[in-house]
Amino acid sequence: MALLSSKTKAALLGPLNKNNPVIVQVLGICSALAVTSKLEPAIVMAISVTLVVAFANVIISLLRNTIPNRIRIIVQLVVVATLVTIVSEVLKAFAYDVNKQLSVFVGLIVTNCILMGRLEAFALGNGPWPSFLDGIGNGLGYGWILIVVGFFRELLGSGTLMGHQVIPQAFYDAGYQDNGLMMLAPMAILLVACIIWVHRTVNKELQEETN
Amino acid sequence: MEAISLIVRSIFVDNMIFAYFLGMCSFLAVSKDVKTAMGLGIAVTFVLVITLPINYLLENYVLKAGALAWLGDDFANVDLSVFSLLIFIAIIASFTQIVEMVIERFSPALYSSLGIFLPLIAVNCAILGGSLFMQQREFSNIGMATAYGFGSGIGWLLAIVGMAAIREKLEYSNVPKPLKGLGITFIITALMALGFMSFAGIDM
Repeated sequence: MALLSSKTKAALLGPLNKNNPVIVQVLGICSALAVTSKLEPAIVMAISVTLVVAFANVIISLLRNTIPNRIRIIVQLVVVATLVTIVSEVLKAFAYDVNKQLSVFVGLIVTNCILMGRLEAFALGNGPWPSFLDGIGNGLGYGWILIVVGFFRELLGSGTLMGHQVIPQAFYDAGYQDNGLMMLAPMAILLVACIIWVHRTVNKELQEETN
Repeated sequence: MEAISLIVRSIFVDNMIFAYFLGMCSFLAVSKDVKTAMGLGIAVTFVLVITLPINYLLENYVLKAGALAWLGDDFANVDLSVFSLLIFIAIIASFTQIVEMVIERFSPALYSSLGIFLPLIAVNCAILGGSLFMQQREFSNIGMATAYGFGSGIGWLLAIVGMAAIREKLEYSNVPKPLKGLGITFIITALMALGFMSFAGIDM
């Protein structure tokens, strides 16, 4: 297929699994953990980051031959900060409640290491179209971790999904209790550790030699 | 008194790493030995202490709604808060550049041991996070903002040094293969964070 050569396909699909930004490249952990106590903000965050990474990648890729090497970090930060400001204003206008829940973490997309990592590693050396796909791929790779963590934390922590109750009332009547521990921040990081555990059990070549 | 209470709170209760997970990337990457961790911790604290007051002044005298009133009545309704992100990150990035040049000039040894992580302070979420939290909390004066920056920095330093110390000992333990490296580091961080939660009740 002309639209997706094997290289662009790798750029799009690699980050979903073997090259995942969060659990393999260890990028963008900060926000991945703080916004996942409910499913809804996790999904909004995933979409925002995907859009910002994709478009920042395209812009930097278009500019890559004109940016002087010495000041590229500042240029990258300005491009990213502009995109994040747009996302943040859109969220304030159309999803005010979610924006409140995300608080400073929308702004912190600027310093999300995924962005700098992808801009440095990919967009500076590739054309706009592969860079766009790379951005989408990395955004989604980041997103699915967020959504998995958010799913389990909301399900076990408050018995709801997207605000709707999913654990039947009969359970509560029989003595089932929500696990309040899941709402606490440390549990997010434990859940990511579990994802890493499962992922590396399946993909043995990713296991590390030293502690 | 208020400032001391704020410092203690931001070190233990609102710890940047354990309560908000800010600055995790370098926290995980540089926590392999205590000495480098210490150097990075000091650099982060330093940058936080300098950039927070600068950003505080910018926020209150340039960016906030009505902040430009000191220029005259025409400016009383100007609201530039849309640009706060851009301004904050520009201040942080340029200041990091200055710190890098100063360290390179006066302490080449520290410079070479920090290596790539020095420029990366600019994209350390803990620094930008500090400025954004400062904006959100609306501190009453510049002293409080500085105290908050100092406390957050020290909290970050404590966390990364503690983590590095634990990881040095971890060399000798038998960790399940899929958990080696990254996995076990995450689990230790989670346990340390649970420990730090016990400070939540502190009230000075």
